[in-house]
Amino acid sequence: MSASQPLPTLEITALEKRFGETQVLRSIDLKVANGELVFVIGPSGSGKSTMLRCCNRLEEPTSGAIHVNGKPMLGITRRDLDRMRLQVGMVFQGFFLYPHLSVLKNVTLAQRKALKRPAAEADARALEMLDKVGLKHKANAMPGELSGGQQQRVAIARALALDPKVMLFDEPTSALDPELVGSVLKVMRDLREGGMTMIVVSHEMQFAREAADRVVFMDGGVIVEQGIPDEIFGNPKSERLRAFLSRVSGEAA
Amino acid sequence: MDFGNVFLNPEIIATYMPQMVRAVWVTIWISVLVVISGLALGAFLAGLRAYQKRWLAWPIVLFADLMRALPPLVLMLILFFGLPSLGVILSDWFVLYLVLTLVLAAFVEEIFWATLTSLPRGQWEAGAATGLSFNQVLVNVIFPQAVRTNIPQLVNRSLTISKMTAYGSVIGVKEIVSVAGSAQAFSGSATPLTMAAIAYLIIFFPAMLLSRYVENRFHYDH
Ligand SMILES: Nc1ncnc2c1ncn2[C@@H]1O[C@H](COP(=O)(O)OP(=O)(O)OP(=O)(O)O)[C@@H](O)[C@H]1O
Ligand SMILES: [Mg+2]
Repeated sequence: MSASQPLPTLEITALEKRFGETQVLRSIDLKVANGELVFVIGPSGSGKSTMLRCCNRLEEPTSGAIHVNGKPMLGITRRDLDRMRLQVGMVFQGFFLYPHLSVLKNVTLAQRKALKRPAAEADARALEMLDKVGLKHKANAMPGELSGGQQQRVAIARALALDPKVMLFDEPTSALDPELVGSVLKVMRDLREGGMTMIVVSHEMQFAREAADRVVFMDGGVIVEQGIPDEIFGNPKSERLRAFLSRVSGEAA
Repeated sequence: MDFGNVFLNPEIIATYMPQMVRAVWVTIWISVLVVISGLALGAFLAGLRAYQKRWLAWPIVLFADLMRALPPLVLMLILFFGLPSLGVILSDWFVLYLVLTLVLAAFVEEIFWATLTSLPRGQWEAGAATGLSFNQVLVNVIFPQAVRTNIPQLVNRSLTISKMTAYGSVIGVKEIVSVAGSAQAFSGSATPLTMAAIAYLIIFFPAMLLSRYVENRFHYDH
């Protein structure tokens, strides 16, 4: 169309991923606009994690292209990749805080080593981000002393401190006790309100209804259907999505 | 002859004390050098192996297996008595230092390698996802955890290798056993041997206490 169309913050083009013989992703196309929250649902093994992990190349795509703010993630040197990864924050199901470092050091490490921020600036930024996730008072605690929900919020602060352009969440609440899920979702909701661009893989359908701009349904390595939450949940078009939704609502009931 | 006179004869003690004190120093400084360089070399080799390059991994694995399989004494004898016939002459203390360092490095490399591969992949990925280079993840995320989980093993290996400085007696290093042995032969008294045992206790008892302290200090909850 026209050049006036704004550049997508994240653009996935014709993404394919094979593990040996198994094709896990086939011709995935997805554009995520600035400030948009895209929610990804789909059955286990449908390729949701693989798609997210291809976005920052924790998984190497077999073919296709990924662009962040118009800049390529593929076909670049490892050094450029490290620099590009600063723009793509990732939150894992298993948190993966560094257990030997204090909460504050967890949040300053990449700021210091990858962004080369001076110590004082990194500390200040870390405290600001910890405050944002409600854990400034835990700055000097060790990760092992925190609940799962608190650890996940520190992991979010760790990613945010690098000023990413887009945040990827891979089932951020799936490893949490039910009573701790809310605190993490609240942080994600605040982020969205603050205008962060996000892709969220999760089973928290209620959160998707409230916070997502768009819901993407994946099955068998393809995007089967996508649309606004009301459409996807209220008026699913494909048989596969209907089956999936009745299965998860059956589990939740 | 009573027990005290055989094992703790005051005159013999007085005679050999100065030599014994020097021997204690020799044992201590060789041990310290061996531990420092063995730990560093072992960690470095494990780090190299983490690059998953076959041409790097192969020689490292071969080195580690050889050094762990061969008795250190055999290596020392070869270096000290064998090499001179090739025109390479190494001093006695250097042979002792070199062999013990290589043996310690081999064990340390294996200890670290086991941990590097058993840490959750998420630790590597969390580092990489935040823009850290492979080296930065290795140095700042992986190794500190590997050190902490392995402190008991590293300390044990270090103490064991330090006691192997006694092999130095075979190639003439003037460490504790060598000095005590010749003093015993010269004086015909067992007292120098008792002195040697006491000397080892004096060295290694504090080392043991220190190691317990280090183990507690660096223990952390997962
Ligand atoms: N490293 C790998 N090697 C081989 N196959 C893999 C690998 N990682 C993922 N797969 C396969 O790729 C497919 C998609 O996996 P993926 O983890 O992306 O699914 P998912 O949608 O995230 O599932 P879940 O909801 O269970 O997390 C699965 O069939 C999985 O077995
Ligand atoms: Mg997954």
